[in-house]
Amino acid sequence: MARLEVKIGNLTLKNPVLTASGTFGYGEEFSDFIDLNRLGGFIVKGTTLNHREGNPYPRMVETPSGMLNAVGLQNKGVDYFIEKIYPTIKDVDSHVIVNVSGATISDYVAVCEKLDALDKINAIEVNISCPNVKQGGMAFGTTCDGAAEVTRAVRKAFSKTLIVKLSPNVTDIVSIAKAVEAEGADSVSLINTLLGMAVDVERRRPYLSTITGGLSGPAVRPVAVRMVWQVAHAVKVPVIGLGGIMNGRDALEFMLAGATAVEVGTANFVDPAVTIKIIDYIDDYCRRHGIEDINEIIGAI
Amino acid sequence: MKKYILDFHVVENRHLHELYSLLILRPVEGSLPDILPGQFVQVSIDNSKTTFLRRPISINFVDRTNNNLWLLVRKAGDGTRALCDKKEGEIVNLILPLGNAFSIPPQGASVLLVGGGVGVAPMLFWGAELNRLGFRPEFLLGARSAKDVLQLDEFTGIGKVYVSTEDGSLGETGLITANSVLSRHSDYIYCCGPAPMMKAVAKKAREVNAVCEVSLENMMACGLGACLCCVENTVKGNVCVCTEGPVFNINELTWQD
Repeated sequence: MARLEVKIGNLTLKNPVLTASGTFGYGEEFSDFIDLNRLGGFIVKGTTLNHREGNPYPRMVETPSGMLNAVGLQNKGVDYFIEKIYPTIKDVDSHVIVNVSGATISDYVAVCEKLDALDKINAIEVNISCPNVKQGGMAFGTTCDGAAEVTRAVRKAFSKTLIVKLSPNVTDIVSIAKAVEAEGADSVSLINTLLGMAVDVERRRPYLSTITGGLSGPAVRPVAVRMVWQVAHAVKVPVIGLGGIMNGRDALEFMLAGATAVEVGTANFVDPAVTIKIIDYIDDYCRRHGIEDINEIIGAI
Repeated sequence: MKKYILDFHVVENRHLHELYSLLILRPVEGSLPDILPGQFVQVSIDNSKTTFLRRPISINFVDRTNNNLWLLVRKAGDGTRALCDKKEGEIVNLILPLGNAFSIPPQGASVLLVGGGVGVAPMLFWGAELNRLGFRPEFLLGARSAKDVLQLDEFTGIGKVYVSTEDGSLGETGLITANSVLSRHSDYIYCCGPAPMMKAVAKKAREVNAVCEVSLENMMACGLGACLCCVENTVKGNVCVCTEGPVFNINELTWQD
């Protein structure tokens, strides 16, 4: 077996495969299908200070090679996570990373402070890029100042590995990445979903209750690979790549473009065991190509 | 219940109707897992050119004698159309069993199972199971026209069948929700069909003081409670139809009369 360990901030991942927030629940939803201990880590769903009901149904529609969603960060809040979910996943032999969202800076800070106290949570992914909430979310992530402001605040509140998840719905993602790096982010993950829209022409109305939603799936992959390649050349911190990864080949595409690790999202809906297949594929790829350490190929392009 | 990802052979594809196929599937290896009436599967459709997500399909029948699983599929879009094109001997991959189940009524209760269109699908398995448990289930099936009433022979083999057709070619004329059997008391009514029909049946059930469960068909991506796309608003807030449902007691829902 090749060496598949990679480092993100102070985290050492046993392999570069993570799950994307909002596509993997709290992990337990997938435990009938895979051994969670084999994952490099899993990123649990977007957590906010208070309970959120999310957006009204309908929240999803399938589009060519992709899907639009408008879930709107439905979750039971950070205290529920700490009391009810954390005890059930803290003994998994893999990194549990919590995705954090907020409508205000003080919301982000409050959630981060609570999570900082949990032994097993060694990293958070700060979501400044959700396109499906009215306040906060993507509003912070679309300007350098907004992205820097959130990062500066959560950096003070969270002492462990800090990943900031970037929005692709910007003119220049590189400048945003540099802004969060300058404020102390240990890593950036990209891309969140692309803002999209689909219309039911027979009924003459949008498919989603919110009209617009976030596009994910293989349709967005070339955009994501391009952005990862651009950002990886511009920042010194490790980049985590995501966007339409369906198999091991796709994961390696991101790594060659500069990603130190990858997140698998929409593919979990199609094949709940896909993450393990991706890890096995990467291992086999290394054997086929005579690669002893996966780090050799990161950013080869 | 433990969930599985399993390959199945298509044993037979019965084209029941221009819009519906009955797929009879058998696991490539081993026996069918435990499955409860009302549960569903997520089908992977590898021969669809325009879709890649799985499609949630209710379980129509579990034939333990032959180790077969029946799926009644309506051609609703490109994914289900491709599924209906599956040929004998081909493979389909399923995640199963998913969701909750219909609740078993108290012994001796009178039960009416109501299915509209492809909503008849879960009622065959549930009716057969009720029959096995000693109940005498009755069915109310609704469709546009006589030729659209699905699996009438199978239902007739289990219990008394009432029919409504919109054109009056079989049974009572009109919508299923106007059928006279719904104005008569039943202890339990189980219903699956289009949302407006289920809402109307729920209202009738309240009028005749019946306990009523409905099986919802909200659009879903994962079927596992991860994506949070298929939510239904309930008295407990938004819940996933794929894990908290698809079967709900109407008192849990926030449907307005």
